[in-house]
Amino acid sequence: MKNTFRGGVHPISHKELTRDVPLRVLNAKGEMVFPLLQHIGKPAKPLVKKGDEVLAGQKIGEADGLISAHVISSCSGKVKAVEKRRVQNGQMVECIVVDNDGQYSRMEGIGVRQDISSLSKEEILRRIREAGIVGLGGAGFPTHVKLSPKNPDAIRYVIANGSECEPYLTGTDQLMRSQADSIAEGLSLMLRLFPNAEGVIVIEDNKPEAIEAMRKASAGNDKLSVLAAKAKYGQGGEKMLIETVAGINYPSSMLPAEVGCIVQNACTIYAIDRAVAYLEPLFTHTFTLTGDAVKTPGNFIVRDGMSFSELIEAAGGLKEGAVVKKAIVGGPIMGIAIPNLDVPIQKTSSGVALVTVDQSEVAASIMTSCLRCGRCTTVCPVGLLPQMLADAVQAGDLERYEKKLYGLECIQCGCCSYICPAKRPLTQTFMRTKAEILAQKRAAVGGKK
Amino acid sequence: MIILLTTLVITIIGIIVGYGLVYTGKKFHVEVDERETAVRECLPGNNCGACGFAGCDAMAAAIVSGQAPVNGCPVGGAPVAAKVAAIMGTTAEDVERKVAFVQCKGDCDVTHNQGNYVGIQDCRSAVFAGIPVTECSFGCLGFGSCVAACPHDAIHVINGVAVVHRMKCVGCGLCAKACPRSLIDLVPESKHVSVQCSSRDKGPLVKKVCTAGCIGCAMCVRQCEHDAIHVTDNLARVTYENCVQCGKCAEKCPSKVITLPLGFKKPEAST
Ligand code: SF4
Ligand code: SF4
Ligand code: SF4
Ligand code: SF4
Repeated sequence: MKNTFRGGVHPISHKELTRDVPLRVLNAKGEMVFPLLQHIGKPAKPLVKKGDEVLAGQKIGEADGLISAHVISSCSGKVKAVEKRRVQNGQMVECIVVDNDGQYSRMEGIGVRQDISSLSKEEILRRIREAGIVGLGGAGFPTHVKLSPKNPDAIRYVIANGSECEPYLTGTDQLMRSQADSIAEGLSLMLRLFPNAEGVIVIEDNKPEAIEAMRKASAGNDKLSVLAAKAKYGQGGEKMLIETVAGINYPSSMLPAEVGCIVQNACTIYAIDRAVAYLEPLFTHTFTLTGDAVKTPGNFIVRDGMSFSELIEAAGGLKEGAVVKKAIVGGPIMGIAIPNLDVPIQKTSSGVALVTVDQSEVAASIMTSCLRCGRCTTVCPVGLLPQMLADAVQAGDLERYEKKLYGLECIQCGCCSYICPAKRPLTQTFMRTKAEILAQKRAAVGGKK
Repeated sequence: MIILLTTLVITIIGIIVGYGLVYTGKKFHVEVDERETAVRECLPGNNCGACGFAGCDAMAAAIVSGQAPVNGCPVGGAPVAAKVAAIMGTTAEDVERKVAFVQCKGDCDVTHNQGNYVGIQDCRSAVFAGIPVTECSFGCLGFGSCVAACPHDAIHVINGVAVVHRMKCVGCGLCAKACPRSLIDLVPESKHVSVQCSSRDKGPLVKKVCTAGCIGCAMCVRQCEHDAIHVTDNLARVTYENCVQCGKCAEKCPSKVITLPLGFKKPEAST
């Protein structure tokens, strides 16, 4: 095992704002909003209607089809409406709105320790599915689907992603420090699904406390090991983790499972442990509130469904006189800027940074033509030539983009845009072009049918 | 002697190759509709692509196979249309010229953007990268991907929404292909009554984000005596074949989102 990957960048981490603030539970007061689509796949189907009483932990949305996930209520109260509301990515999505009674009465049986020594594989997967768990790293892919590869015996590595390489975010760090045993147990539970696999927990070396805690927790189990990776942005990407742990590079047409690896975020693994060992569905998660506009930045355990603005209020509000220029959910590099703070926190919201300077505005104002410096090429973790890709897009030559320059392999990590001294919007160009090419391909397939 | 032999050999080779060529020419002959060649002769040969096809050859093929109208070449105009029509056995007048129409009225006075988007100023870059930009999830972004696509300077972004210059528009449809929100439709030139909205959201939601959107109230449908306007998916659409341009629907529309001909006068009340 190496301890790093090729490429990557070193942005200022800003983690000092929150890295040593322990997790604190925050409860909401007002209405809670649960989007029926907070994962990749089909939206869930609502199981409740206006006027129904719900309890915390109750399934209120049923997964529709194979690639979909249940939606769980995080509070008790009365359903106020089932209607379209704006969500974090700016789209209008069908949501279940619950009038929170502030009691947080739970469904019976939730949080009671179970005997897990003799669970069958099917039962473990069933509990994960029932808990509505999706990848908490940001993408939101339904976890039970990811844990059901075609050939479970061929899996060699189950990788727990504790690298948290995005600047600002520290929730996973704190979770690993405080719940190391649970994460180790969750990882062993997953290893039961894959008899030939070993579990590797990858943590960047700028989190010595978390490494220490995880080492201690996994000491008794020789199938588990902790890998201290070099701190570098990009490490948390699935491909980079697999390159680091297994030394394998693979094309975008293949799934990680096809090269014998399964990657799960450490927070997801914690949720898996809670679901399997305590029958507790996913309705709370760690959340980092940070940025130079926040009075008391910190790490929290929040309930899904509360709005960002309410959370900021409950956590102590903004600094006096601070004007929020930008609110970025899920880390400043891969995350998205949200224009409106009155949207619900959802399963995949790992944190929000409220900043008083909009760097993208600055970048747009000083953008120039390409300087041919080649820095984008040296940092691209996939080994692409971003500058030539951008030229191909500008020339409208999608054929060259796809076939000659392998533009579809771009993982949209943002390293090239970050490093570019000319501040060219490279990553956005590739996001658009990839989406366009894939849409064309889908249309071609649809046309043939 | 050598010279004679050489001449003989060369002649024989020549004869064999010659027959071979004639044979392959016959064997691999591709039938070309002679009308296609004739139509191709009439077209200007600019290969500008303004018709929406990949050059004049493709356009000729499209006309013959009925995929393009006989007056589809904007460069050649009426004279070319007449010649092509003669070959195809129709008259150019049979096919009405179409112009582009932007089905969104959401300028900066009636609706707003979400947040402060400073990324690439291009509609396709924003939409395909998953950035919604506008409050309405159906509306015009106003970055002008259509403007960039138009070879005839016939569409412009005015106060945040794209507007077509009907006189300049040749109906090539390149803007319609460029718009990532599919807002642009091609309508017969003589038809001016259209619904200037594409929102399929329910009424209250539309009202929240835009004061000029179609709310699907179907008031227009009740006014129409010619079965020419219908509401599907919370959105009204005109059936141009039936519409007689009376403008009754527009009069009652609470959102004032139905367009009328320029200088339209209310018909005298017939009491
Ligand atoms: S965004 Fe794409 S091209 Fe740019 S560095 Fe990342 S993988 Fe490479
Ligand atoms: S980093 Fe920017 S300026 Fe340098 S080669 Fe790449 S695109 Fe050009
Ligand atoms: S009509 Fe479409 S392409 Fe033109 S500016 Fe509006 S959104 Fe962009
Ligand atoms: S009257 Fe106006 S708002 Fe109502 S359905 Fe017709 S076009 Fe839409």
